[in-house]
Amino acid sequence: MPAKVITITSGKGGVGKTTAVANLAVALASQGHKVVCIDGDIGLRNLDVILGLENRIVYDIVDVVEGRCRLKQAMIRDKKLPELYLIPAAQTRDKNAVSPSDMSRLIKELRPDYDFVLIDSPAGIERGFRNAIAAADRVVVVTNPEISAVRDADRVIGILEAEEKGPAALILNRLNPTLVKNGDMLSPDDVLDLLAIELIGIVPEDENVIISSNRGAPVAFDQKSRAGQAFRNIARRLNGETVPFMSLDHQGGFWDRIQRLAGRK
Amino acid sequence: MNETNSLIQIKGLRDGLLVSLDDAPWEQQRTALITQVDAQPAFFRGARLALDVSSQVLRVNELVDLRDQLSERGITLWAVISESATTEKTAQLLGLATRIAKPRPEESRQFSVSDLGEETAMFLNRTLRSGTRIEFAGHVVVLGDVNPGAEIVAEGNVMIWGRLRGMVHAGSKGNRAAVICALDLSPTQLRIADEVSASINPREHPRPERARINENGKLQTDFWSNG
Repeated sequence: MPAKVITITSGKGGVGKTTAVANLAVALASQGHKVVCIDGDIGLRNLDVILGLENRIVYDIVDVVEGRCRLKQAMIRDKKLPELYLIPAAQTRDKNAVSPSDMSRLIKELRPDYDFVLIDSPAGIERGFRNAIAAADRVVVVTNPEISAVRDADRVIGILEAEEKGPAALILNRLNPTLVKNGDMLSPDDVLDLLAIELIGIVPEDENVIISSNRGAPVAFDQKSRAGQAFRNIARRLNGETVPFMSLDHQGGFWDRIQRLAGRK
Repeated sequence: MNETNSLIQIKGLRDGLLVSLDDAPWEQQRTALITQVDAQPAFFRGARLALDVSSQVLRVNELVDLRDQLSERGITLWAVISESATTEKTAQLLGLATRIAKPRPEESRQFSVSDLGEETAMFLNRTLRSGTRIEFAGHVVVLGDVNPGAEIVAEGNVMIWGRLRGMVHAGSKGNRAAVICALDLSPTQLRIADEVSASINPREHPRPERARINENGKLQTDFWSNG
């Protein structure tokens, strides 16, 4: 079966796109899928760092596009997961080094041999974003429960709708259940009320995410981490499985409502 | 030159190029334009291009394809000028400008809603998300929400069958009789003619509401009541 091509984007920077890509890639590969992730953030690459593969980079995506190497030569195999590959971005060029049609050609070449291609989009809505969504079958928008991040997510969803890229799915990242309960943070209800798209996962705030990113071993490897569990669940949902939303609060109430929300399309 | 080039005229503007297309099927026009660009890549590279498509009715994928093709040749499509309301709407939803001239000094002629006629409405069957700006020389009707960060500027009335949380300017050319109605009126800002009101706090129990300029010349909102 040809690969599913999924682009992860957000509009606003710093909401956790790259972390999401790394974790979903690790989770999907651990679940036995052949996965390629592509760093679309040319000029500001960091997916390689989060995956702990920085020191293995010889060729990057611009080398492929400009014909200095074959696609396979730019694909770096993960240290732990033999079915996980990274195509790194170039650090010394800018977004204009790659065009949407370059991206489509590259994806076309990958499609027959893999199960998932995950594309890490840069922040913003300019050329790099256009490259990242050019060949996507599905777009996942990451946001935080903050007004500015939600506003930018709304903008990106609007662009995707206007260009008829199909309905986007939402990951709500870095949710702090205690703050929400005290009314100090936007609730998933508030966010979905405005964005009105399918919720595919809620990732709780978890300091292990930062610790593991710095170690170059995404938190999805960590069986004890709540955030890791959330990413593993999202990966299964991307694969078409139905996975109940996990309860982060044992007093029920709030999280029961989330589960009901998640059940609605 | 050859016949394809007779389909397009190119004019220099202060800040870019204006390309006018003659009446012809879209596919021919598009090919003619791309052919022209490919014949003189150095002339076009880096250009900001405004496109006058006269009465051509264009759909989203047609405009997106053209924009991407131009973008790969280093050309930015920033405006589409059209006599068709459908094309105008498509362009605005894609974030393209639909007027290129600087606004003229405020025209002094008086407008009234009835001058606009009842046929001059734009109907949007969708939610307007952040970053969308709809400008229309008539009434605007939205079946959906207007989210924060979205803007509607209409010369006539604006009616939102949904939640209004963005910015709406009705009677934008000075029509003080224009009104704004919404099922839930919680805008970032409202304007009618030259009156401006800052945000209205979200209602605990939203009800259909209408904003207008009252007898004292101030913006006023009233809940809708059947009577």
